Amino acid sequence: MPTRDRLRAKRAIARTEAPADAARRDFCSRTAQLGGGLLLAMTVPAFGGRPGARAAGRASDAAESGTTSPTELNAWLKIAADDSITVLVDRSEMGQGVYTALPMLLAEELEVGLAAIRIAAAPAGDAYVNVGNGGQVTGTSNSVSDAWERLRTAGAQARTLLIAAAADKWRIAPERCRANRGRIENDRGQSFSYGQLAQAAAKLKVPKDVKLKSRADYTLIGTSQRRLDTPGKVDGSAEFGLDVRLPGMLYAAIAQCPVLGGRVRSVGSSAAEAMPGVRRVLATPSGVVVVAEHFWQALKAREALEIVWEEGANASLDNAAIRVLLDRAAAANAGLVAKQAGDPAAAIKSAAQSFAAVYELPMLAHATMEPMNCTAAVRTDRCDLYVGTQVQQLAQAAAAEAAGLPPARVNVYTTLLGGGFGRRLEVDFIPAAVLASKALGVPVKLVWTREDDMTQDYYRPPAREEIHAGLDAHGKLVAWQLHITSPSITARFDPTNKDPFDSVIEYVQNYPYDVPNFGLTYTRREIGINVGYLRSVSHAPNCFAVESSLDELAAAAHKNPLDFRLELLAAKPRHTKVLKLAAERSGWGRPRPGRHLGLAFMEGYTSVVAQVAEISVEDGALHVHRITCVVDCGQMVNPRIVESQMESGIVFGLSAALWGGITVGAGRVRETNFNTYRLLRANEMPETDVLLVTSDAPPGGIGELAVGPVAPAICNALYAATGRRVRSLPLSVHGLV
Amino acid sequence: MTLISVNDRAIEVDAAPDTPLLWVLRDHLAMTGTKYGCGMALCGACTVHIDGTATRSCVLPLSALAGRRVTTIEGLSVDRSHAVQRAWIELDVPQCGYCQSGQIMSAAALLTVKPAPSDADIDAAMAGNLCRCGTYPRIRKAIHRAAELLAPGRDN
Repeated sequence: MPTRDRLRAKRAIARTEAPADAARRDFCSRTAQLGGGLLLAMTVPAFGGRPGARAAGRASDAAESGTTSPTELNAWLKIAADDSITVLVDRSEMGQGVYTALPMLLAEELEVGLAAIRIAAAPAGDAYVNVGNGGQVTGTSNSVSDAWERLRTAGAQARTLLIAAAADKWRIAPERCRANRGRIENDRGQSFSYGQLAQAAAKLKVPKDVKLKSRADYTLIGTSQRRLDTPGKVDGSAEFGLDVRLPGMLYAAIAQCPVLGGRVRSVGSSAAEAMPGVRRVLATPSGVVVVAEHFWQALKAREALEIVWEEGANASLDNAAIRVLLDRAAAANAGLVAKQAGDPAAAIKSAAQSFAAVYELPMLAHATMEPMNCTAAVRTDRCDLYVGTQVQQLAQAAAAEAAGLPPARVNVYTTLLGGGFGRRLEVDFIPAAVLASKALGVPVKLVWTREDDMTQDYYRPPAREEIHAGLDAHGKLVAWQLHITSPSITARFDPTNKDPFDSVIEYVQNYPYDVPNFGLTYTRREIGINVGYLRSVSHAPNCFAVESSLDELAAAAHKNPLDFRLELLAAKPRHTKVLKLAAERSGWGRPRPGRHLGLAFMEGYTSVVAQVAEISVEDGALHVHRITCVVDCGQMVNPRIVESQMESGIVFGLSAALWGGITVGAGRVRETNFNTYRLLRANEMPETDVLLVTSDAPPGGIGELAVGPVAPAICNALYAATGRRVRSLPLSVHGLV
Repeated sequence: MTLISVNDRAIEVDAAPDTPLLWVLRDHLAMTGTKYGCGMALCGACTVHIDGTATRSCVLPLSALAGRRVTTIEGLSVDRSHAVQRAWIELDVPQCGYCQSGQIMSAAALLTVKPAPSDADIDAAMAGNLCRCGTYPRIRKAIHRAAELLAPGRDN
């Protein structure tokens, strides 16, 4: 979720309250009973990937040994008498590594190794609001930058309290004590474990000013630690939303209108209700829900439903019509001025050489590997929600509304997310599960099929991006102007927002090049279907337009695309360094025989990245052989994770560049599964070469960063190879792949 | 009732004969390590071994399982000691992790027939397993590493 939406999200999110402790204890003990030996067996090593299971193990251990429950030292830290340390992570783990990086921040100051730490997902709560996003939101690639001060401070405060508690017991000054690997030691050789001190420490006043370690003293931050969630992800024990099991739970499938925005007119359910295992068919605002004893039964019964749909206004919508809508809006409207420097229109008019081009970006689906799903257990006075979500408070509010309960009576248990990419910023799949559980009085797990997931997405908005620019007699860029026409994400995500500008233009506000005359205008044109945040939101589409245009302008100026960019970044040493390193590593200027190179650069999430694509074109078919990626993301918490996120972004960008596109016909999405919505496969994976630049800059984002430059780098390489300029994606529609 | 063999245990399952093995494992036997991704054998998230061969369980009906041996991610080892699991941990392969049970089962099956696979062997064997997070470079490295761990004469 981009910067401009942050405050809006805050307004949109209902005030939330932490669930009652009693309810959470109940959950733990119930899970322990449910899982029995199997769950406990899976938690044996210190690292388990399953917070729920570990919670169960703890509760059970405590019950057996008679020890007390863990002591909460702050919103992120619990220490038990048996010295187990639990870090509550308030961002959702969706592959980007927050279940490792955030505990590292706290552990650094607490003076404990990562092996001592267990992870649990934090509940919904105001303590966990992401300042940058204005809510408890995992998005905008800012989990680390948001937690950077807060979690180190939380660790340092806890350490200070433990030292004070130990000093009290010894009746000595705190200065004579120090924290070391889970113990407080004094200068007489005595020590207490953290577990022995936690209860006393929790009764002391939390110190306001604590001194944080200097960078030179870090032992964890900046080191490549193994991820804490890996073990559970290699033995099947990691718990995703789809894996939640509750006693007496039923399974549900849902039939939603195939025409986007349509509704149910009438349902014939008698055939479905007569099928084996079916317990109930119920109409909900989001579709017809079939509840059965097993999911397969629910799916089969769904096929037997006789539904008449009210197709609504989109019944004849298709991609051609959407394109016409954007073209007409762009032609009819100069757009609202979002940013301007100098007088771009006049400068273009008087330029020695002028340039104009239109770039077009398709709709995209999120296609998380784990389809949307939600498990709800509604009782008269409370609702337990088990869900992979990026927005705990919005999930809580959506469930509360469906259950008819106040938000404080909804406990959100965040599971691991089988991919998020922004799809799980939406809560559209939650109310039907809650309504089904409420209607039947038992827990219900509602699962979308892949087809549901693909055809009922909040798609990345299509965009039409028109660029006008001017070069002076020396081939220097003197004016650059972009007019974006696209539907708005923000307007739907937060209807209270009255700002005319939108997340779809955000990237261009970071436009990195120094051009004396600059213009950015935006025309909002709705297309009748919902659009949403997709990993790298505005950065991927706009980086495609910006970096393609830079390459075209370099060619018009008869300059090397690298030199042309360096000229425009001369005042920015951080940018220059990254760009030069990428050129150096990729063999810029001296490609291997038969290979061609293309460059793209991007600033975003307070990080800087450059990529070079190495391609070949044989018989008109484009092959990507290698992507070189150089990144300066400021201070790194865990370089190993940064590297994997660069690889991840590259793969995400490749799928989009080569094949990514959603086709609407008669109001229906035509891509229904991975045979028609093609994603990059292992045998299509180019080599990657990732270089992480050491940096003193504050921590920047990494989760979305590497997606944007992929497509323009490939298209720029294609131009170098063939002289052919591709101004719309994906490449497959041009017959190139 | 259908009698099937899962992870060397004989188990009676009360489900319709057309129920895919995937849902038998997940919903009837509470073995949720095997994932649902597409239901059409397109993504590989549901990969298990049938008599040692990597097979997509989402399109394999219960009725086809008589007399055949099913191995799931839960049965690959009891303690994450299988060479593929060790290599996966060593190289920190998973990101979101959702597809990884299927990736690991495909990789383990590959190594039983090709103990020292080439990159091309890996590409061929792993092309059916999608990963949206993009762990492909690490998967390839980890399969080579697992092959090393399995090589005769090695103690590790």
